[in-house]
Order: sequence, then C-alpha cells, then structure tokens
Amino acid sequence: MGEAVAFYLAAALILGFAVLVITARSTVHSVMFLVLNFLSVAGLYVLLSAQFLAVIQVLVYAGGIVVLYLFVVMLVSLKRSAEAHSDPKRLGRLGVVLSVAVLAEFVAIAAYGWATPAAVGPGLQASNVEQLGRALYMDYLIPFEVASMLLLVAMIGAIVLAKREL
Amino acid sequence: MITPTHYLALSAALFMIGAIGVLTRRNIIIILMSIELMLNAVNINFVVFSHQIQNVVGQVFAVFVICVAAAEAAVGLAIILAFYRNKETVNIDDMTLLRW
Repeated sequence: MGEAVAFYLAAALILGFAVLVITARSTVHSVMFLVLNFLSVAGLYVLLSAQFLAVIQVLVYAGGIVVLYLFVVMLVSLKRSAEAHSDPKRLGRLGVVLSVAVLAEFVAIAAYGWATPAAVGPGLQASNVEQLGRALYMDYLIPFEVASMLLLVAMIGAIVLAKREL
Repeated sequence: MITPTHYLALSAALFMIGAIGVLTRRNIIIILMSIELMLNAVNINFVVFSHQIQNVVGQVFAVFVICVAAAEAAVGLAIILAFYRNKETVNIDDMTLLRW
C-alpha cells in the first residue's frame, strides 16, 4: 500500500514535471523543472532499492548537468523567442506517428506483463553499493575504463569547441 | 500491487514526452533537455529489470548511460555555444549550414 502511494506520487511528479519541461515558455523555467524531474526519478530509484544510483542521479544530473544547461541558457541571449512558426500539418503527421509508437509500446508492455506476471522481488540483498562496485570493478572493468576515456575526450572536446580561439 | 509493468508504462510515457519535446520544440537547448528525459526513461527501464531479476548489472549499465549523458551534454552545449557565437541563434530552423 505504502509502496503504491509512493510509486503513484513519484510517477505523477515525473510525468508532470516532464510535461512542464517541454511546454514552459521560458528556457530557465524549463531547466528548473528538469531539476525537479531528475529529483523525482531519484526518488523512484530509491523505491527500486537502487540507492547508489539515486545518489548518482542527484549528484551528476541535478548537480552537474543541469548547472551546465543553466550556464548555457544564461550565456545565450533570450531576448528573441526561439520558437518559430509551427506548421499544423507537420504537427498532425507527427501526432499520428507518435500515437502509433506509444500504442505499440503499451501493447508490448502489456504482452510482457501478461507473459511474465512476476511481482517485483524483495529487493537486492546485501549492500547495493557493494554489489554495484563489485560488478563495476570486476566484471565491467574494461567498459568502466572506456567510459572514463570517453569523459576525458568529451571534456577536452568541450573546451576546444567553446574556446574563442586556440 | 506495483508490478514491473507499472514502471514500464511510466518509462514509456516519459520517453514519449521526451520524443514529443524533441520533435515539436524549435529551441535546441530544450531539445537537448528532452533527450535527457528520454535517457532517464531508459535508465528507469534498466533499474526496473535489474530489480526484477535480482541482478545488479542493469544498474551498472544505468551508470554508463548517465556517464554518456554527461559527455553528450558537455559536447552538445559546447557546440551550441560555438554556433551561437557565429550565428546568434538557438533555433534549429536557422541551423541549415550543412544542408545543400
């Protein structure tokens, strides 16, 4: 019962803030709603007993990436509205395609739920962080190192791109 | 009783909101934020399946997704800054440099 209440609350917050992100007039408001959306997703991770991932979500997404977005929004002048004309015909075609896609998704999910009616288990035993660290540093050491190289390359690339002249 | 199906439906809805944002908004910063929403939906799927089959590997991949999202945001925003410096716009309808 408590789990259901928590899930529906988190789901309502996530979807509501997501809609606000893509509909807000001001880009700064969009970024703020994005922070709240990420925090709600972190709450959902706690519900799924993925505490470490929830902490990472708050630190990296809500703390790091969003600040980056905010910097760019502030650097880019917002005097003129970036929204140009919206073509109703294109929007109509888009609506059809997206509705078909979401219908297919829900059918697939329903089929999956019908085929395997398993309930969510009692949660991963032992410490979540310990298990995650073990998997990350023993079974997935090479992907982990590749990810660190990716971050290094992205950092250098961002500096080179954003610098006025080399 | 909350089953994985509930979580999957939530993630599908979140992904669709992100897709709508990418396809309807013209401001490229909002489009990048919508991509972040879609990556979050993928992460929710990973964590739900990790929880259901009692295996931590799904969470490992969610960590990798977060890592790639951080790299993508850094490079994407740097590109936006460089473009804005040259063209004074963040509207993707005006970004037609590579179209012939």
